[in-house]
Amino acid sequence: MSLALNLQEPVTRIAEQEFHLHTLLLVITGIIFLGVLLVMLYAIVRHRKVAGREAKQFHENTTVEILWTVIPFLILIGMALPATRTVLAQKSAAGADMTIKVTGYQWKWRYDYMDENLGFMSHLATPRDDPAALARPDYLLEVDEPLVVPVGRKVRLLLTANDVIHSWYVPALGVKQDAIPGFLRDTWFRVDKPGIYRGQCTELCGKDHGYMPIVVDARSETDYRKWLDERKKLAMAAADDPAKVWKLPDLVVRGEKVYTQNCVACHQASGKGIPGTFPALAGSPIATKDKPGHINIVLNGSKRNAAMQAWGKQLSDTDIAAVITYERNAWGNNTGEMVQPAEIHKARAGTS
Amino acid sequence: MAMTDVQQAPAHHHKPSGWSRWLMATNHKDIGSLYLWFSFIMFLSGGVMALCIRAELFRPGLQFFAPELFNQFTTLHGLVMVFGAIMPAFTGLANWMLPLMIGAPDMAFARMNNWSFWLLPPAAALLMLSFLVPGGAAAAGWTLYAPLSTQMGIGMDMTIFAIHIMGVSSVMGSINIIVTILNLRAPGMDLMKMPMFAWASLITAFLIIAVMPVLAGVVTMVLTDRHFGTHFFNAAGGGDPILYQHIFWFFGHPEVYIMALPAFGIISQVIPTFSRKPLFGYTSMVYATSSIGVLSFIVWAHHMFVTGLPATVQLFFMYATMLIAVPTGVKVFNWIATMWEGAMTFETPMLFAIGFILLFTIGGLSGVTLSVAALDIQLHGTYYVVAHFHYVLVAGALFSLFSAMYYWFPKMTGRMYNERLGKFHFWWSMVWFNVTFFPMHFLGLAGMPRRIPDYALQFTEFNSIASVGAFCFGLGQLIFLYNILTSLKNGKPAPALPWEGADTLEWKIPTPAPYHSFVEAPQVEADHNGSIVSMHGDKHH
Repeated sequence: MSLALNLQEPVTRIAEQEFHLHTLLLVITGIIFLGVLLVMLYAIVRHRKVAGREAKQFHENTTVEILWTVIPFLILIGMALPATRTVLAQKSAAGADMTIKVTGYQWKWRYDYMDENLGFMSHLATPRDDPAALARPDYLLEVDEPLVVPVGRKVRLLLTANDVIHSWYVPALGVKQDAIPGFLRDTWFRVDKPGIYRGQCTELCGKDHGYMPIVVDARSETDYRKWLDERKKLAMAAADDPAKVWKLPDLVVRGEKVYTQNCVACHQASGKGIPGTFPALAGSPIATKDKPGHINIVLNGSKRNAAMQAWGKQLSDTDIAAVITYERNAWGNNTGEMVQPAEIHKARAGTS
Repeated sequence: MAMTDVQQAPAHHHKPSGWSRWLMATNHKDIGSLYLWFSFIMFLSGGVMALCIRAELFRPGLQFFAPELFNQFTTLHGLVMVFGAIMPAFTGLANWMLPLMIGAPDMAFARMNNWSFWLLPPAAALLMLSFLVPGGAAAAGWTLYAPLSTQMGIGMDMTIFAIHIMGVSSVMGSINIIVTILNLRAPGMDLMKMPMFAWASLITAFLIIAVMPVLAGVVTMVLTDRHFGTHFFNAAGGGDPILYQHIFWFFGHPEVYIMALPAFGIISQVIPTFSRKPLFGYTSMVYATSSIGVLSFIVWAHHMFVTGLPATVQLFFMYATMLIAVPTGVKVFNWIATMWEGAMTFETPMLFAIGFILLFTIGGLSGVTLSVAALDIQLHGTYYVVAHFHYVLVAGALFSLFSAMYYWFPKMTGRMYNERLGKFHFWWSMVWFNVTFFPMHFLGLAGMPRRIPDYALQFTEFNSIASVGAFCFGLGQLIFLYNILTSLKNGKPAPALPWEGADTLEWKIPTPAPYHSFVEAPQVEADHNGSIVSMHGDKHH
């Protein structure tokens, strides 16, 4: 494998401009550094104290001092001009062909295609506890559902976050933008070349900051359309009937899946949490006794601990019913109790 | 107060002894030593955390630490190094040397000086003990960005209190430095004659007084958001998470210069001494240092180019940041012009000073690269930034401190350090520093985010190299400790003037510096950069 010494190969015009800017700066700063180094080395070799050598006692030279103030200033102007052009281009999201809303969560991304009535979560797909995962070529840079976009189209991203600040960064696209809870920010890209481009969250967002990669799958217009149709059909088929009455074993199986995707990072697979930071569910009063309290905290989050989010905003009634049922029947919490989606629906009506 | 204390000194001019000499210290040299030892201990503690980080990053996968503990290490490493190691080290050096360099009997407020120092150990204890509380230490990065910092456990509250205490300490230390320089200079030591180290300390002290309260304010806002129901940084309550960053970096950018200006001051003393030539462009050095101080207040948002600032704001902060390169460049050129046509020798202080100039230039140039907002979009939050600020803070602040310690060790202790070990320490640090931090530029360019405990496979090689470098660099610092400890006991007695080219005031008094120096102000005739043409009428005890 060859070692990467430079920015990733750009696949958008903005990334290309950034690439050239970096080359320009590298050359200019490189020359300046070499100049400083050579003059210094010359002095070190020639102006050392040897027998009979006396230091010259000058300590001012107005001409030289003006020159080395003015010349760097002019060089900086030379750098600022192309940089200004790129900043203005980066900031101009006008005339976008499509808009995708990106939401950062601890610790995953959600993509909503604003014009298509389609949205999904994108989780890390590398298994966390399997040492064999290190053999996967895209270790820590793979997701279950990438963001699929058409090439040649100006895609505008609207970014926000659910909990803390995240940052959406795909080097090859030349895009990095913070996702800030409670605010919307926008950025844009237009991919020229079909391919899969990988990036990561670049704003420290808690314990699993290193485990929320971003994958952009840029496809030709026809392939994108095909994917869109299939993905929408899949979403329809997967939609649950909210009135369905579930049986305990089915609900527990479904709940375990939901738990693994959403809860395990804090409460842990053992249900024991992380003492002092994330409370245990195994044996906890709320997961064994107080059922309305349990539904409430999962739906609306915790008032005392901001890390416990309001999952009602992210998960369907069925998923919430399933995960609560799972929590009340796992790790020795053998209550045998079930929560049906209809109860969650009612609870939402009561609280929202 | 201090003046009268010291003038009464003949009545009690024997040294106090035992623990009370240190606990109740009012002598600037004793307090200086306390600061320096404290900061060295903090440097080792922060270094151990850095090595934990590098051990985990030696290869992909999680080997040693869970992600939450890893985040605690990155956070505390930063806080301990900035507030526990670098800042107190410069304050300690200023305590020790300033009165000697400007002809003052002591620091202006001797008792406040004691309190400034003794606030630090409890603050450090709060930081260290926070690893042991439920939930562990703060894990939001040294920047403590909200709203992440509102999520943590009690370790975050301990960190906030520690910052309050350290802030009070450094503000009091700064008041002392300002008053000492402005009021206690010996007759003839004009402001535009005094050593660059005094100028740098003076400007730094003003920066500290201006921004430490801002930091105290913003962490207090986090505290009230955490516990008292305010919503400064919570959008749902009408707050704004980005407000935190504006306030933090209004502190944070001047803070960068708080850690850099004293280094510039030290280098401006060491380079002329070992070049046997006056500092080139003293007046422009003073102006450059002052303008860096002023500019440092209007560049803060260059830390926020990816938060989504409007184009005009990005452009303003980009231009303002680039502008800082001009006075910084002037300083580098002045140092080189000082070396030019000199008669240089290369003892350890000079080696560290030259290493400083070279590596700080690299850090400065990567800073110019980062200032270009359009390009910062690629580099922000990656290892490129980590490489950049370690070139500025390790090769900058730390190397200058080593230079200063070797330079003034004979004056402080009356003994010479071991020159061969000193040179070995320099070359060892120089090599392994670069092995550690240069590859991080490549990691950042390739897109590796900061503050992650595990990484994708294409980042493996450079991370392994950096980890090897870090362990060698860290071990090398024990050479310094060994040299200091053995030389304190068995070092050769220092001659009165160990450095041929040294001509500032501290070299005109006996070696080691008497416990009470300049009990009567000397009359001096000084030239630029504090070099003494003639002096009479000093008295010491």
